[in-house]
Amino acid sequence: MIKPSFFRHSVVPVLTVIAVIIALWYVAALFMNHSMVVAEAQLKGLAFTPSATWYRSWALDKPLLPAPHQVIAELWKSTAGLSIASKRSLVYHGWVTLSATLLGFLLGTLLGILLAIGIVHQKVMDKSLMPWIIASQTVPILAVAPMLIVVLNAVGISGLLPKALISTYLSFFPVVVGMVKGLRSPEAIHLDLMRTYNADELQVFTKLRWPASVPFLFASLKVGIAISLIGAIVGELPTGAVAGLGARLLSGSYYGQTIQIWAALFAAAFLAGMLVLVVGWSERLVMRLMGARPERRAA
Amino acid sequence: MLGVPASMNVIDIEALSLTFETGDGPVQALSNIDLTIAKGDFVSFIGPSGCGKTTLLRVIADLERPTGGAISVNGTTPELARLDRAYGYVFQAPALYPWRTIARNVALPLEIMGLTRAQQQERIERNLALVNLTGFEKKYPWQLSGGMQQRASIARALAVEPDLLLMDEPFGALDEIVRDHLNEQLLQLWAKTRKTVVFVTHSIPEAVYLSTRIVVMSPRPGRIHDIVESDLPRGPRPLDIRETPEFLKLAQRVRDGLRAGHSYDD
Repeated sequence: MIKPSFFRHSVVPVLTVIAVIIALWYVAALFMNHSMVVAEAQLKGLAFTPSATWYRSWALDKPLLPAPHQVIAELWKSTAGLSIASKRSLVYHGWVTLSATLLGFLLGTLLGILLAIGIVHQKVMDKSLMPWIIASQTVPILAVAPMLIVVLNAVGISGLLPKALISTYLSFFPVVVGMVKGLRSPEAIHLDLMRTYNADELQVFTKLRWPASVPFLFASLKVGIAISLIGAIVGELPTGAVAGLGARLLSGSYYGQTIQIWAALFAAAFLAGMLVLVVGWSERLVMRLMGARPERRAA
Repeated sequence: MLGVPASMNVIDIEALSLTFETGDGPVQALSNIDLTIAKGDFVSFIGPSGCGKTTLLRVIADLERPTGGAISVNGTTPELARLDRAYGYVFQAPALYPWRTIARNVALPLEIMGLTRAQQQERIERNLALVNLTGFEKKYPWQLSGGMQQRASIARALAVEPDLLLMDEPFGALDEIVRDHLNEQLLQLWAKTRKTVVFVTHSIPEAVYLSTRIVVMSPRPGRIHDIVESDLPRGPRPLDIRETPEFLKLAQRVRDGLRAGHSYDD
């Protein structure tokens, strides 16, 4: 059941913000594209009335800043208007990116959890690995990605895996950091209890550390899934713009297809939003199965 | 290796001391403790904070290691007694795992001990009944009041079926009405199960009401100031006993001991 307060507290503010953004966007498009419209008029020897100038600046083929309705039209055309198998379909490119994202996310999560388990249980790993893990994230991914793709290509690995590995490279980090904290989150009294039972390390892990770390895991997964998508898109840039949302961005910029770039951007943002939403849903489901107290939302 | 005195007592402590190494130098938490606890006794440790009463309990439980003297638990070292799961420990907080139901919380030590499902089920039912929590098996800890949570944690300690129960201020965080009620229940439980109980508290009425012996401790360094033998009847005692002259006399002696042992210059 949707309560009236849901409408008042959620729908109205969100719609208001969207309306303001769209209005500002139209104004910005007007100013940014104005000089192009003037140049076009001079070229064709036409004299535009002010209202025609306005209208024209929202309808250019290759505007500096496309108007919202142009982006929406392009989105519609390249999703619903095309066969999914088409090389120009955003659904096709989105799927290419999504599969690399999910594979990379899965690998990154597994790697992150394994590293965290090692770090929590082995002081040597804590001291030796943690600085490298942090250093790995200070390297700009845009610099690493092409090298990784090229190196892997040279040893015969191409296609999905190299892109996924860039996602892995980005997404394992929040999982390591979150899970190290999560696995160390049990209170002293909970650990003492295990000691009075003469529980072994494995029992402490499965019955205490692991369940205690679940909320931390989901917090990490939300960050991890979003940057996995970024990793996959970045991984598509140096592959020569074959397929994927990254490829659409790149080919769009080659040919000055600003509307195409914006449509791909929106598709990526939509995809990221959906992925974070799915992680959020699974979090709520898992926490409910683990008997967590239902969250009380502030009125 | 610390020595183990030979005796038939459940707990035997001789000249025990414990010094913590801290950043500000060594801190003597326990100094020259001599104490024996016989089977079936209900012994309370009472004293102001910093007197080492919790530390002493943790030494018995092998959660801390003494730095001098000798201690035996069940005729062996505290470590072997712990590995043998010779005691049940009840902490200041219920320390229930929030992702487990009450029944699964009680089952936790039983899973670790490797009991079968049927054995677990039998012990869960019996021990939840002992603390009057039958019917709450499927609830999660947050659905229970603080007093009920602490009762569940007592059921969890009892489920191990130890002869020795170590309780560290188990009712300290509860309000007085609930505390009275739980004190009464605990005495009944003790009379029924004939266990040896070591109980840490900072409440004089609680210590006098529950105990057969009261160990009065004083701080800096933590040591035993006095051991008061109770002449109140063993077994279940009515709460009204706290109004009797015998009770008040015992309470007075404990209070005097606490005053004398406690320097008030801080």
